[in-house]
Amino acid sequence: MSSATPLLEIDKVALHFGGLAAISDLSISVNSGEVLAVIGPNGAGKTSMLNLVTRVFDASRGSILFKGEDIARLPRARIAHLGIARTFQNIELFDAASVLDNLLLGRHRFGAGAWWQQVLRTPALTRREEAHRARVEEVIEFLDLSPWRNAPVAGLPYGVRKVVELGRALCAEPEILFLDEPASGLNPEESRDLAFWIDDIRSDLGITVVMIEHDMALVNAVADRVICMAQGRVLAQGTAAEVQAHPDVISAYLGA
Amino acid sequence: MRFDYHTRYRQGFALLRHRSDWLSYGLLAAALLALPMLASTYLVGELGYVFILCIASMGLMALTGFTGQVSLGHASFVAIGAYAHAWLMAQGVPFAASLPLAALISAAAGLVVGIPAIRVSGLYLAMVTLAFAIVVEQIIGMWRGVTGGYMGMMVETPQLLGLSLGSPRVFYYVCLFVAALVLLALANLMRSGIGRAFTGVRDSEAAAYALGIEVNRVKVGAFGLSAGITGLAGGLMAHHIGYLTPDAFTLLLSLDLVLMVVIGGIGSLRGAILGAVLISLLPNAVAALKSLLPAAMARQTGLEIFVAGLVLALFVLFEPTGLNGRWLKLRALIESFPLYRRDMFRRQKTYMKSERNR
Repeated sequence: MSSATPLLEIDKVALHFGGLAAISDLSISVNSGEVLAVIGPNGAGKTSMLNLVTRVFDASRGSILFKGEDIARLPRARIAHLGIARTFQNIELFDAASVLDNLLLGRHRFGAGAWWQQVLRTPALTRREEAHRARVEEVIEFLDLSPWRNAPVAGLPYGVRKVVELGRALCAEPEILFLDEPASGLNPEESRDLAFWIDDIRSDLGITVVMIEHDMALVNAVADRVICMAQGRVLAQGTAAEVQAHPDVISAYLGA
Repeated sequence: MRFDYHTRYRQGFALLRHRSDWLSYGLLAAALLALPMLASTYLVGELGYVFILCIASMGLMALTGFTGQVSLGHASFVAIGAYAHAWLMAQGVPFAASLPLAALISAAAGLVVGIPAIRVSGLYLAMVTLAFAIVVEQIIGMWRGVTGGYMGMMVETPQLLGLSLGSPRVFYYVCLFVAALVLLALANLMRSGIGRAFTGVRDSEAAAYALGIEVNRVKVGAFGLSAGITGLAGGLMAHHIGYLTPDAFTLLLSLDLVLMVVIGGIGSLRGAILGAVLISLLPNAVAALKSLLPAAMARQTGLEIFVAGLVLALFVLFEPTGLNGRWLKLRALIESFPLYRRDMFRRQKTYMKSERNR
């Protein structure tokens, strides 16, 4: 299933920190409606690639096209408004806030009313908050988060925090969702739940998913396509089986 | 035990959710309204001052508590508000217009100070705000034409619709009214999108950016909001003092405000108020204690500062969530009486806090 133009196209991008090239000449295209897994040894530049797309870092070279528009020079806060959401490798939740508030923050891009409406808490604002809340509740139901709804995030178990972060990204109703090692630190059951959710996110919610992942069981289960990165460039791509059998990939992992 | 039975989402985010809330806050409001008729003039005057400090403390809470930006120079915003208000009134601007204008002037100053906050945070931001406070104090001292310099300036008696608000009892109601207004406005703001954006910026800038929050704008805006509210407190403070001199707005006031916010409990308006009440009544408590202390100790200078520092140290050590945290625990204990467990509020360690993308 490949549409005419890819949803996201990273074209000949490079990222240098002084003399260190984290990414050199990277080209990746993501098709609409697929689950793409990005694998590779530590330091391959997977998260750097994600940080380039979400404008944490400035690309030294190249362009990043999202739906045909170059986003490589946009302000960092604009990215979410285009419909790009992400999670973080080391959970970046709003610790002191409740699960509900974290998820409501996910809906920031849809606006929360004018400041004076917020100060006066006008009826229109109350209705708007209720509408946001209703969307948040859908995500809570989807991800089975209802037992934790009002709990402060700081006290939650690790696995739940991971799910909350996924939920927060879903509340932004993105077109493309980047997951940075969603299964790291999860136990086998949580991992299996995650596989189902990722499948549903793609199939039911129609969100394109790009996940950076080391857990090959998860990758095999959900990924339509796999890209293996090493030393800042694409080493191999194809189905999970093809990539794992690729001689370059094997040597990159085993250092042979 | 109490179980919420909500049938609409708005019941979940109402300010007063239960009948008991209506009852207790209604009783509190009635008591505060009735107090001037019962208490002595001195006490009423002191309580008016407590309300002013509550406003300033809520202003700083919006910045430090909700947005996570430290300010050691908030006395300068109190000063700017006080002087702007006094000057405007001297120019013939009526009280009801002068007070909001003074708050706006202070907010504008806050926006200017907030701009460096884009670049620096934590200790360095504390230094910037501290430097700003020192500069403001100097400017007030030098700018004789407007502020009267170190000689000071008289503050005119406030008037509203031809009525004098000068007597302590009437002014008490003015302060109570403004404090209630600020509390309501901030409570509304903090449970809406802006308040969520504030906490988002405080807890994780990386995630805030990723969700589309304009972190820089939020930071500067929080400074403006905080300075505006603190300036409002300054305007009222001008009337409480009656005669403005630069030494009314020293570093000590800034530190008191920080103490209120930290002891009250970071990130809660209730905490800001509890902290302000505690810190503003502390000197009175110390004065009362003096008669019980040995003469050699009672005559020491700086006893108030020592006690304030001690209280802060004890809170940081034993109750980092402040008075508000203590209040929540107490309430949980009462509500779930036989089932309360000490571990209900035990803080858990979190290990994943490395590699933040700032």
